[in-house]
Amino acid sequence: MARLIVMGGGVSGHTAATFAKKWLGNEHEVVVVTPNSQWNWIPSNIWVGVGQMNKEDVVFPLAPVYEKAGIDYRQAKAISIHPYGNKQSDKEYITIEYTGQGKEGQTEELTYDYLINATGPKLNFDATPGLGDGKGQMGSNTVSVCTADHAVHANLELQQIFEKAKKGERQKILVGTGHGMCTCQGAAFEYIFNIEHEAKKAGVRDMLDIKWISNESFLGDFGMGGLHMKVGGYVVSSKLFAESLFSERDVPWLIGAHVSKVEKGKAHYELLDGTTGVEEFDFAMLIPPFAGVGFKAYDKEGEDMTDVIFAPNGFMKVDAKYDAGAYENWKASDWPRTYQNPTFKNMFACGIAFAPPHLISKPASSVNGTPINPTPPRTGMPSGIIGKAVAHSVCDMIKNGAENAHLHEASMAEMGAACVASAGKGLTTGTAAAMTVYPVVPDFEKYPGTGRDTDYTFGEIGLAGHWIKHILHHLFIYKAKLKPGWTLIPE
Amino acid sequence: MAKKEEENFAKKDQFTLTMIPSGFARKMRTCVIWQFIRFIAINIKMLVVVSKSH
Repeated sequence: MARLIVMGGGVSGHTAATFAKKWLGNEHEVVVVTPNSQWNWIPSNIWVGVGQMNKEDVVFPLAPVYEKAGIDYRQAKAISIHPYGNKQSDKEYITIEYTGQGKEGQTEELTYDYLINATGPKLNFDATPGLGDGKGQMGSNTVSVCTADHAVHANLELQQIFEKAKKGERQKILVGTGHGMCTCQGAAFEYIFNIEHEAKKAGVRDMLDIKWISNESFLGDFGMGGLHMKVGGYVVSSKLFAESLFSERDVPWLIGAHVSKVEKGKAHYELLDGTTGVEEFDFAMLIPPFAGVGFKAYDKEGEDMTDVIFAPNGFMKVDAKYDAGAYENWKASDWPRTYQNPTFKNMFACGIAFAPPHLISKPASSVNGTPINPTPPRTGMPSGIIGKAVAHSVCDMIKNGAENAHLHEASMAEMGAACVASAGKGLTTGTAAAMTVYPVVPDFEKYPGTGRDTDYTFGEIGLAGHWIKHILHHLFIYKAKLKPGWTLIPE
Repeated sequence: MAKKEEENFAKKDQFTLTMIPSGFARKMRTCVIWQFIRFIAINIKMLVVVSKSH
């Protein structure tokens, strides 16, 4: 019997673990180690953040689902990896520290035959002074919608802003990215337009100044260098559509901005041209930068070998080309295909946890040398597809032997993604930008010009997009609960 | 007299060079019948991309 440990129970880890268990059956063991007791459909957190959904609508307990699936669930955080074992044994293992199940604070060693790292990111609030509390958590100056609890808190703060606006007090709302190296602009995009939509419904829009601040060098970059769509006989950049939407909703923007410090009611920033400034606010939702969760790796003698397995940003090294060099040398083939660690063949990473070879957007830094560019998104559909491919590879290795197994591939430079960004909720009044992009990472050798196949890259805003986002909410929670037919729902 | 859908575009300098959706285009975004047709079309397009990606 082989044991597969999946570290992380988010979109990618949950997908990997559940498919692995389905394919391996009871002959082999699948263990999930995650510090969370609940699964969260993160794309709907923005609706919790404006009071249009409750926390209970976007989360469900993991334990019963894993019990039904026959998965060994440990509510714990993984601390370290020991791929050579220790002085007493050659068997590889990880150390975990429980966060629940009545064993809070207890540590344990778990041996493994195969390891999938799907931890997602550490929300690195402290990378920006004042954005965090100095202890690794979100500070009190801004709010976030990165977790369901954050979103609940954000809504409470937002409703106070609406109340003040109703009393005639003009309020300033700032939404965007809280650091020059952030990703997930899409979540902030959704949140700012949902706030704007709710403000109109509440009759307070005229009392609100709503502003966007982001590290993108142009609106509509979204961390993937933007996208081009066929419209009216032209192939049009997402920049034009994004600028149009922001203007239509009276939301001015500050782009190419690195938020360098946050104080109560003030965000200090530096722009690409080197100028600095301060943006005042009454309410701010600034996405933190992401980092690896901070695993350590040790060799048999207990010596630190973290840099063998992990990149300096804390994400796990996989089969990517990390020495591609300058932007001019970047190729689609730099991106990983199997997500196998190059040193340890029984170790994989998926979702946000794998180290990308480089940015997707064109790199930029201010004249002062401060990097200000979005980091690559690895969430949503690609995250699920990669999780499934990695699980498939591990299952084949277990069943056929590591040497004979076929490794399954899921390069982001060869897969597309469907994305639905809400711009307001409502059965007949809601809108969302429904987009597909193919491939996620542009391939300028295969598609000279835009880097993508414009027959399969499109986007439009409307009520249909909102319906799709709402249906996806229920569909993916249904799938994650492993209800009948769950495998038929694509990632 | 400015059309209602164009009013916001004069509020900030950075708005003035952007595309302005017409009143018709804005209305169609929430026209239930048209959006039902788009719902079918978008789903088909998305399924094609999803099938090419698995």
